[in-house]
Amino acid sequence: MHPAVRKWLPRTEPFIVEGIALAGSLCVFSVFLLAVGSQPLGVFGDMLDGAFGSSFSIQNTLTRAAPLMLTALCTVLPARVGLVVIGNEGALLLGGLGAVVAARVTAGLPPEAVMLAMLLVGGLTGGLWITTCGLLRQKRGVNETISSLLLYYIALAVFLWLVEGPLRDPSSLNKPATYPVGQDNMLASIPGTDVHLGLLFGVAACVLSYVLTHHTTFGFGSRVAGGNSRTALMMGLPLSRYVIVLCMLGGAAAGLAGVVEVSAIHETANASLNAGLGFAGILVAFVARQHPLAVIPVAILIGGIEASGGLLQRRHDLPDATVDVFQGILFVMILGCETLFGKFPGLRPEAPPPPKPAAPRGAGGTPEHSEALLSSEPSTGLV
Amino acid sequence: MAEDIGLWGVPIAMLGGMIRVSTPYLFVSLGETITEKSGRVNLGLEGTLVLGAVVGYGVAYGSGSPWLGVLCAGVSGIFPGLLHAWLCSKPRVNHIAVGIAMMLMGVGLAFFLGKPLIQPRAPLLPSVELASFSSLPAIREALRINLLFVVGLVLAPTLQWGFNNTRWGLILRMVGDSSDAARALGYSVNRVRAIATASGGFLAAIGGSFLSLYYPGIWSEGLSSGQGLIAVALVIFARWKPMYCLYASLIYGAAGALGPSLQSVGLEVSHHLLSAAPAALTLGIMIVTCSKERSLVGAPRELTVG
Repeated sequence: MHPAVRKWLPRTEPFIVEGIALAGSLCVFSVFLLAVGSQPLGVFGDMLDGAFGSSFSIQNTLTRAAPLMLTALCTVLPARVGLVVIGNEGALLLGGLGAVVAARVTAGLPPEAVMLAMLLVGGLTGGLWITTCGLLRQKRGVNETISSLLLYYIALAVFLWLVEGPLRDPSSLNKPATYPVGQDNMLASIPGTDVHLGLLFGVAACVLSYVLTHHTTFGFGSRVAGGNSRTALMMGLPLSRYVIVLCMLGGAAAGLAGVVEVSAIHETANASLNAGLGFAGILVAFVARQHPLAVIPVAILIGGIEASGGLLQRRHDLPDATVDVFQGILFVMILGCETLFGKFPGLRPEAPPPPKPAAPRGAGGTPEHSEALLSSEPSTGLV
Repeated sequence: MAEDIGLWGVPIAMLGGMIRVSTPYLFVSLGETITEKSGRVNLGLEGTLVLGAVVGYGVAYGSGSPWLGVLCAGVSGIFPGLLHAWLCSKPRVNHIAVGIAMMLMGVGLAFFLGKPLIQPRAPLLPSVELASFSSLPAIREALRINLLFVVGLVLAPTLQWGFNNTRWGLILRMVGDSSDAARALGYSVNRVRAIATASGGFLAAIGGSFLSLYYPGIWSEGLSSGQGLIAVALVIFARWKPMYCLYASLIYGAAGALGPSLQSVGLEVSHHLLSAAPAALTLGIMIVTCSKERSLVGAPRELTVG
């Protein structure tokens, strides 16, 4: 077999498995739609239409994808070192609040300075929030999945309290909101489109994360540590440093998502910020199999599904939670299909026992194999 | 007859609130205890709870019988439990991740089904007034008890006894402590875990129906403030012992009732902040009781959380 084919064939496996999961989700979702009395094909057509059908809907999709890329990194980066963080929404909320506070403090400065302050403060707030989970895990052995979700409930309470109390703009009567960041300080659009610059932030954050996790010593070390913490200790790898840095960066990304949502969409922090972008980010991270570059297309796909919700409401009289149901089915399917890995013998030319009796055994030591072990996502077993 | 009882109103209202607020925690934590005893964690009970709330409310509204609603809620909770167990029985599938997915799916499905139920009023579960002798309305209000709470009160010691003294309890604990031993004795680990996870879902969904059919007694999308998840963490704190789940639930009930009882005497504290009290309490307890060096006392050995 040609070496290039041998090299690239196994790499198609994730795409095949994800494809099966997507097709399976569409089947299950069809049954669901039939059960509630809708036409699956019509709904799928309109979902495609609502997500990518016109330049308006594509721009809408991209606008929604931008924060998803950022919130997904909040799960992806800690996952490299074996942590399952799901408190993305909390970091987003506090990042949004941080942006509002920063804009208030720096009011009067040139817009560029205000924007820089918003990004810094929002990112730092989100980063510190998620770092708490990492620290608790390293110092006290507190499970980070549970602690991060508990921190979300606490963040939500603090957020609503500040929005309705100390930070409330008295002129926001019907719907409590903070003081706006100011029209001049809003995040600009990408020239020639209605999509705000947050999309570029998202893409840049994913690419930088990819470089960090796949092309640096730090990223390699964290992958080893995530795969096996005992090995990491034996090799003297600084596990705690990996955990803290990756939690900080992940949280900062989710915080930036909050900054982007506030400074490009809402202009102020109010309850609309708590719209589930963080939770959708978890889905994006798992569908992307915790790979930073894969986050970009997956976020666009999930953003498209969310963007189509409005059209489904108008044309099919389906509630907006329909897209949540589909996302839930997709999430379960993706995880269930993990079990299909290794079930396609044709994809791993060296794996099946060759017919020749003299086939070398113990292929486990070949470089390809150990690389395959490393490149699979870090174990997410919670110890 | 309304005498002024002053600040006594706070502990009395907290007692009543404790009984009311603790019930969902109690049901979910007992359910999760059964699941975790078998060696698996179902983080998706938050979704099951919300699903149970909407199914219970919908059935009660449609049939006029709140108890039928509770029953149907419980049955609806079995399915996510079975799905979780089936997926996790496959190789390479991570039970924590599946739990997260089931949580999102359960909540999404509940919101979908619940859209037409936001306006209508379903018949609520009746309550028994234990303190009809008292002339103080505050005390009468506090000791108005729902039958589901009594069920939970009986269920906790029953489960504790069952875990320790019955064949079923022994099999369950064996599967959770050493699946190899269970296999060696010829028990199907997957079947036991499926039954345990389904029972957990059943109880969690009943806990949800309590939310929508008794207290606060309404269906809204903000109905749950993380009770399902907090109850999962509570099981760790309760060291997988049903009676400890009961005590812990009562503490949580009191913490959750703090806000309303302070308001009842006119103290204005942000209800948002107080609503986070159970979550903050859980986090505090986990920080104090977890340890990096040793695994938790009493944890099923096959369990990898904590």
